[in-house]
Amino acid sequence: MANDTPIKLFWRRFRKNRLSVAGGIIVLALFLIATFAPVIAPYSPNNIDRNHILEPPGLKHLFGTDDLGRDVMSRMIWGSRISLAVGFVAIGLATIIGMMLGAISGYYGGWAERIIMRFIDIMLSIPTFFLILAVIAFIDPDIWDFILPSWLKGSGDVSFLDPSILNIMIVIGLTSWMGVARLVRAEFLSLKERDFIFAARALGAGDLRIIFRHIMLNSMAPVLVSAVLGIAGAVLVESSLSFLGIGVRPPTPSWGNILTLGKDNIGVAWWLSVFPGLAILITVLGYNLLGEGIRDSIDPKLWQTERR
Amino acid sequence: MLTYLVKRLLEMIPTLFGITLLSFVIIHLAPGKPTDIFTELNPKITPEARERLEKLYNLDKPIIVQYGLWLGKIVKLDFGESFSSDRRPVMQRIWDPKKPLLERRLFVTFMINLISMVIIFLIAIPVGISSATRRNTLYDKITTTTVFIGFAIPHFWLALLLMLLFGVTLHWLPISGLTSMNYASLPFWGKIWDLAKHLVLPIFVSAFGGLAADSRYMRSSMLEVIRQDYVTVARAKGLPEREVIYRHAFRNALLPMITLVGLSVPGLIGGSVIFENIFGIPGMGQLFFQSVMTRDYPMVMGVLTIGAILTLLGNLLADIGYMLADPRIRAR
Repeated sequence: MANDTPIKLFWRRFRKNRLSVAGGIIVLALFLIATFAPVIAPYSPNNIDRNHILEPPGLKHLFGTDDLGRDVMSRMIWGSRISLAVGFVAIGLATIIGMMLGAISGYYGGWAERIIMRFIDIMLSIPTFFLILAVIAFIDPDIWDFILPSWLKGSGDVSFLDPSILNIMIVIGLTSWMGVARLVRAEFLSLKERDFIFAARALGAGDLRIIFRHIMLNSMAPVLVSAVLGIAGAVLVESSLSFLGIGVRPPTPSWGNILTLGKDNIGVAWWLSVFPGLAILITVLGYNLLGEGIRDSIDPKLWQTERR
Repeated sequence: MLTYLVKRLLEMIPTLFGITLLSFVIIHLAPGKPTDIFTELNPKITPEARERLEKLYNLDKPIIVQYGLWLGKIVKLDFGESFSSDRRPVMQRIWDPKKPLLERRLFVTFMINLISMVIIFLIAIPVGISSATRRNTLYDKITTTTVFIGFAIPHFWLALLLMLLFGVTLHWLPISGLTSMNYASLPFWGKIWDLAKHLVLPIFVSAFGGLAADSRYMRSSMLEVIRQDYVTVARAKGLPEREVIYRHAFRNALLPMITLVGLSVPGLIGGSVIFENIFGIPGMGQLFFQSVMTRDYPMVMGVLTIGAILTLLGNLLADIGYMLADPRIRAR
């Protein structure tokens, strides 16, 4: 036991907690569904069938059909790709920005720190959703037509490089890095005075080496936790934006824009409101449980004393 | 304490300045000119008219000068004219002193957020305490599960389900708007009742997320305090458990909650975009959404700035509250 690797220790703690494992399974399932969407989905997501409009759930269409006769379950299965991609890309971007700014302000201090911290204060004092909305509306989605080469944009049923999806990823990324930056800064402040850093410097390591190899690597655990929890938030924001009609644009299916149809047909088609929302709820719950599970398993102090 | 307050107020100035700069930059990053919305929709517009329009909104001047001019005006809370068809001043659309309170958008949003905040605290604090003192019991497990679901549930979906249940299926509550058509003819209590019926669902939705977060926060704050030595001392000298919890632990656990009030303001105001849109409530969130959709840029900049000022004020109030509540800080 004593000479186990940290990974093994982590895994042993992690798997003891049933809720964390459940979260992991949910996220894994989401990955599988998204990857094998073309195989799993019973129909094409954009298959319009005017003879079967707004059919309630039944054997042919497990989750019913929408106002164009499209199979809701197939659209949800394809929509999982959007949810997954937006969550990962947006939070990946936010994490990179946050780590950079946090590292600079924590390591160098001085005026760089003051400016970055002030900027974080400013970003945090604009109501979250207002900021996202303003950025999204005033960045022209067509901007991607100029930046991306046409072969990259792809075609087919669902294109990830659809301008509206790219837009969402970037906007969520640009508006959710502040927590990571504060976290990384705090880690840097506490780690940079440690003996092993002085030792590294005495051995002749430069600033960049100390920042990336010695401090950053040691602060990855909380960053990972906050990233997993951040993905949950990004999924919620994406679905809200798509629901409001400024996120992923139809006909590309997303859980949020199916719910818009649910609202439009609220008196006649409950299935359009219920199933996609459940999918969002389960997904976000999965990421949250996984994130909390990772945190509890990584932090040995918490584990030894008591779990809260 | 006064020096601290003054320092705190002075510190708000650069942040406020940064906020105005940020909202200005976001809007002006957009391709084309803000007045394109008029000119593009009107094919008959002449170049001269376009120029006149640009002059009217100072768009012919360098960007720095534009910012300076705008800043000079907003110091007097003048955000210019909105681009809507009636060209009313931005401030008048947010807070029109000539209209009844319920037709002032800022008041509506403020009222809903204030009520939900009070409800959040009235429920979250007792729930947090009881699940902390009854840790690992069935009750604690149920509240913890509820909290996790509360974190994960999309607010607009909750709103949709409630509308489906109480509005469409049961016909108990109206699903849209702030008042009924016959509101003006109702007696005083009828008016209150009508308003309450319209507000139940929006307030529930807006409070739900905060409820989960705050009760969780209260629970861990309480658990933290219960472990402290002075609580052990209180128990050791034979005080009844009720006294220990409410006189010794509770008061100290409450302190961090004050900070939470300030922190939850941006989330609450931002969340109003969602529930006001779904329930058709004429508040700031709905106005902001409409302005964004129509690219009404004076309006967007105005609402962004006002939203940020409200957030800063919320933080300030929380700090003052903290100061009043905590003798250690008061003494400084």
